[in-house]
Amino acid sequence: MLRLERVSVTRGRTRVLQEVSLEVPEGEISALVGANGAGKTTTLMTLSGLLPISAGRALLQGPAGEIDIARTPADRLVAAGLIHCPEGRQIFAKLTIEENLRLGAYLNRDRGAVQRLQESVYSLFPVLSDRRRGRAGSLSGGEQMMLAIGRALMAEPRVLLLDEPSLGLAPIVTEQIFDTLVALNRERGVTLLLVEQNAMMALEVADRAYVMAEGRIVESGSGQELLERQSVVTAYLGTGA
Amino acid sequence: MSSYVIQQLVNGLTLGSLYALVAVGFSLIYGVIRLVNFAHGDLMMIGAFVTLGLVGTGYVPWVLIPLLVLLAGFLAGGTIERLAFRSLRNAPMITGFIVTLAVSVALQNLGILVLGGQPRNFLFPDIFRARVELGFAQVAVIDLVIPAVTLLLAIALGLLVKQSRLGLAMRALSENLLAAQLMGISANRAVLAAFGLGGALAAIAGLFWGGKYGQIDPLMGLVPGLKAFVATIIGGVGSLAGAVVGGYILGLAEVAFVGFTPPSWSGYRDGFVFVLMILILLVRPQGLFGRDEEERA
Repeated sequence: MLRLERVSVTRGRTRVLQEVSLEVPEGEISALVGANGAGKTTTLMTLSGLLPISAGRALLQGPAGEIDIARTPADRLVAAGLIHCPEGRQIFAKLTIEENLRLGAYLNRDRGAVQRLQESVYSLFPVLSDRRRGRAGSLSGGEQMMLAIGRALMAEPRVLLLDEPSLGLAPIVTEQIFDTLVALNRERGVTLLLVEQNAMMALEVADRAYVMAEGRIVESGSGQELLERQSVVTAYLGTGA
Repeated sequence: MSSYVIQQLVNGLTLGSLYALVAVGFSLIYGVIRLVNFAHGDLMMIGAFVTLGLVGTGYVPWVLIPLLVLLAGFLAGGTIERLAFRSLRNAPMITGFIVTLAVSVALQNLGILVLGGQPRNFLFPDIFRARVELGFAQVAVIDLVIPAVTLLLAIALGLLVKQSRLGLAMRALSENLLAAQLMGISANRAVLAAFGLGGALAAIAGLFWGGKYGQIDPLMGLVPGLKAFVATIIGGVGSLAGAVVGGYILGLAEVAFVGFTPPSWSGYRDGFVFVLMILILLVRPQGLFGRDEEERA
């Protein structure tokens, strides 16, 4: 579904990604874990066409053939079903919850379809439904995360990139969010690429996982394999694992 | 109230309308891309001369002229954005700011080159100068038309921003460029629309300016443009309602200053406008309708 081939990205004079190769197969959950500043967010930004690639190729399997991400404007990638739920949620705090959701389906001009999508998000997260006319900025952190995911679902993603969905959330809320994401994948077949600091949790649900450090991929394998690999456990999962 | 006071009130509302029409564009453009466009006032000049040109042909009926002026303003605003500002989208703020000054000076000098530096008499149908009896006072038709059209246009713009898909995209861009792009919103199109809409309103203000004051010249946009920017600041930059209210406050205050102080003071009217701005900002630094930036979490 998504593929990076030896991709390098430079910001200013620093090379923030160094020949990163990874694959996100259709219908699977992939995870990208690693310490702060390892290049995980940069990788997602590159995948959604927001950063220029200095070397290598980034490819998206679109509904009508392969798309070269470097040569496609960001809005066309969204139209092809590549949806990015960014770090820090980035909801539109001054707009209402309903407006946030409508923005998620911005490219969808079928009003009836947008209405149906909206209702399905509300049934997934009833707490949003209760406050649909309220300003998104008044929601709690967990509710804002639900809104961010709901907004992403409005776009009917084929592949969903999620940047730190658990950041700053209480464990019970995190668990609820993860359950929702896994259900999305299993029931609706949405391909997921999950970036997480909470590596344990991500690896447990991931079919395939990559570990990043200093702008490179340093380990890869299935989620289970990485959970059992000693070098990964000591470096990224702490001694408690 | 004496008829003198009523006439001053009417003049204030008319002048305020002109400021409001220009101020709304400042606010709209700033709201969408955080750019203070100092070339914005010069679109008034373009609107005024387009009107003069259309009237001069003698073929275009008067009912069509305002519509054509709106269209010309939209195209002029959009063209300026496309040619001068699009390539600066990711440049530091100060670069964009300097370029708007450069575009302003270029437009004024282009105007002088093409149209000559002398003021021209503005051709306007006599019907607008006719005075109507309102019971308590006599008022010129144009003094009724200007505020009425201004309010209609302001309401239309407000509805567009609040209700339409384009308006939603503009508000999203205004709040969070990155997230808006992730929604599939093309920043270029929304920014172009903001410049176009702002340009259309400024151009119609130019038509009104000529109709009200009778003379136009290539530099006519400079001072009113600056004052409209003051109106934007008074109202709170980025707020459309604030820009309209700021425009009327400024127009009424300026006319009151000229009308109710000794005649020898009237030369200080421009200075008074800026003093007023400073006083308001001392009390409300974010403007009357502005929100604290901190609120955006």
